[in-house]
Amino acid sequence: MRVLTLAGRRLAASIPTLILILIGVFLLLQLAPGDTVDAMMAQMGGGDAATAKQLREFYGLDLSVWAQLGNYLWRLVRLDLGFSAIYGKPVATVIAERLPATILLMTASLSFAFFFGLILGVVAARGVNKWPDTLISTLGLLFYAMPTFWFGLMAIVVFSIYLQWLPAGGFEDITVSYTGLRRTLDIALHLVLPTLTLGLFYMAIYLRIMRGSMLEVLNLDFVRTARSKGMDETRVVVRHVLRNALLPMVTLIGLQAGTMLGGSVVVESVFSLPGLGRLAYESVIQRDLNTLLGIIFVSALLVITINFIVDLLYARLDPRITTGS
Amino acid sequence: MSPILVLDDVSVKLPAGGDRSHAMAHVSLSLAANEILCVVGESGSGKSMTANAIMRLLPGGVTIDGGRILFEGRDLCGLDEAQMRKVRGAGIAMIFQEPMTALNPLRSIGDQIGEMFELHSDLSAAEIKARTLALLEEVRIPDPALAFKAYPHELSGGQRQRAMIAMALALDPKVLIADEPTTALDVTTQAQILKLIRDLQRRKGTAVLFITHDFGVVAEIADRVAVMSKGEVVEAGETASVLGNPQHAYTRQLIAAVPPLKAPPPRALSEEPIMTIAHVSKTYRTGGFLGRGQRVTHAVKDVSLVLPRGATLGIVGESGSGKSTLARCLVRLIDPESGEIRLNGIDLASLSREEMRSATRDIQMVFQDPFASLNPRRKAGEAVAQGLIVHGMARPEALARAKELFGLVGLDPAATERYPHEFSGGQRQRIASASASALPARWRWSRRYWSPTSRSRRSTSPCRRRC
Repeated sequence: MRVLTLAGRRLAASIPTLILILIGVFLLLQLAPGDTVDAMMAQMGGGDAATAKQLREFYGLDLSVWAQLGNYLWRLVRLDLGFSAIYGKPVATVIAERLPATILLMTASLSFAFFFGLILGVVAARGVNKWPDTLISTLGLLFYAMPTFWFGLMAIVVFSIYLQWLPAGGFEDITVSYTGLRRTLDIALHLVLPTLTLGLFYMAIYLRIMRGSMLEVLNLDFVRTARSKGMDETRVVVRHVLRNALLPMVTLIGLQAGTMLGGSVVVESVFSLPGLGRLAYESVIQRDLNTLLGIIFVSALLVITINFIVDLLYARLDPRITTGS
Repeated sequence: MSPILVLDDVSVKLPAGGDRSHAMAHVSLSLAANEILCVVGESGSGKSMTANAIMRLLPGGVTIDGGRILFEGRDLCGLDEAQMRKVRGAGIAMIFQEPMTALNPLRSIGDQIGEMFELHSDLSAAEIKARTLALLEEVRIPDPALAFKAYPHELSGGQRQRAMIAMALALDPKVLIADEPTTALDVTTQAQILKLIRDLQRRKGTAVLFITHDFGVVAEIADRVAVMSKGEVVEAGETASVLGNPQHAYTRQLIAAVPPLKAPPPRALSEEPIMTIAHVSKTYRTGGFLGRGQRVTHAVKDVSLVLPRGATLGIVGESGSGKSTLARCLVRLIDPESGEIRLNGIDLASLSREEMRSATRDIQMVFQDPFASLNPRRKAGEAVAQGLIVHGMARPEALARAKELFGLVGLDPAATERYPHEFSGGQRQRIASASASALPARWRWSRRYWSPTSRSRRSTSPCRRRC
């Protein structure tokens, strides 16, 4: 009940955030020179001013900025993301086609980063200032300092071209049409390198946080109490230290969900994955305002959802969090 | 009766660079079943180290480098980790000073007590629950079923300590080590907890090693007393003979330092008040959005006091009585709702933040917990110099003055380079008073200044000497 009240409160608070983001981004995009019609005319190889005017009227681009914003928000209320002039389909369909790849990539990277960050952080903290700690901390620093795109390219060179173990890019093999389990396996193989590329950077961050908070918690009084009960070190760590040490890491995950979505733009481009990040990039180039706004809307929803889950998790982990009443 | 726990010539070595080379030097103690042995000493005398050495839970870098610790005839120093774990909790259990931090904040009380059975017995979950509830009943926690499910932050200090005692006594250990279990509690709660320990000890025949700095506690609970100073046992014997006829100079000094409960000789007080507090009130409001479901606590209600120049005014009360809130109102750490606080005729309550900052040089505060009130990431010397720098002294000059003040409060001037965690409790309190003395304050607010430090410090407190 406590957790549910908290959840409801957080969810209600995120609605104004969402509206502010949308209005802000809409206005910001108006500042960029050129619009969809300019991009379309350029693709057609030019055209006369009358056609352009007609097109603008057709897409409602001749109205004032405020009228366009009003129209857009009104459509959003009806859950209508509009029509993409470039792709010739409703924006919702375009996004729905690209969303699975991004969600898969993000979930995989986040799980990878969280799991290994946690394990390595714990191992490093238990052997602090000994060789496992030095090794793990050095590796962590290396992954943290390495640019994501460079790491992706090097991974392709080594694992796809030189060793030929893994595919170099794409979401699945389009030359053969697999079904069922075979298809799942194929997609998983394609996602190994992108997941590592995106995940290693975040793993390095999580491992540092985990190591630090483990060391801090290991010095607290209740750890001494646990030891004085006759508990062995492994049990002390698992049952008493871990949960306390997880709290800062869980907070960080919520904060970084947005950054990770941004990072996936680079990774999707490097590995030519048909995801939201690449779609956003293409929409900017083609001045496809509707699609871009749709992507931002969906991304904001995604980040809010992740933060919501993180909040629930945090409240579940820490009984001291209350709704304030 | 044959002793159950014997410390035979035990020495514990400290890492290089400490205050002394050994935390404990040639300590010999013996504890028989069904008796309470109190180990008394100042903070830093090595009494807590004795407890940790018996449990073999010494901090990193600190090692036992001589002697034997015999528990039921077995030398604990010779056991391997796995054998030692069987002794901890089941054979020798321990309760700690601060029950809030000694309990895991994220796990329920029942869970943490039940862990004792999980670790040392093969009981089923239902049996563990029944035994835990029985234990909670035994330590007389009101509503054991509720306390079973509660988390540490949901219980009061006394209840938490009761839960700690329940946990320690879960497996009927032969020896209970109590490391200042009542120091962090209120006087009334302290008396109840002492009575509880005494009752349980009598009923179960447990041997108790009770570590304290408080001779009041010794008089109340101890069968025998051992006095420690600088890591050595200087005197040991029956409580009545040690208290009534102390042999060692240090013991006499400790006992003399216990303030008698009678008023100090009256002295002429100045007619002129330096501070007048008139009708100060502060209420806390919690919860509620737009005034719905609000809870109002009257922390301070219409308090009026007068402090004459050069006088000491004691404000006494249990925790929750509002004394701290009043103190914070006086230095404007929180803003009082109504009333006036006049210092030298200026109403502090109506000053702006900016004006208040310059007025704070005339009021200094010494806090109860010297560790919590010092920034752990700043050197002790900086903490002392900070006040001077804020009030416009150049940094090198302020640091030099800090060194001087360290000497004045009885600390090594070179210690300005150390961090708060490298000092003992009493030394930290000295730092706190050095930092309060840094400015030429007209009056000083000592907030339960002596509470966590040792008896002999109370009378030699550098703060009082300088005031």
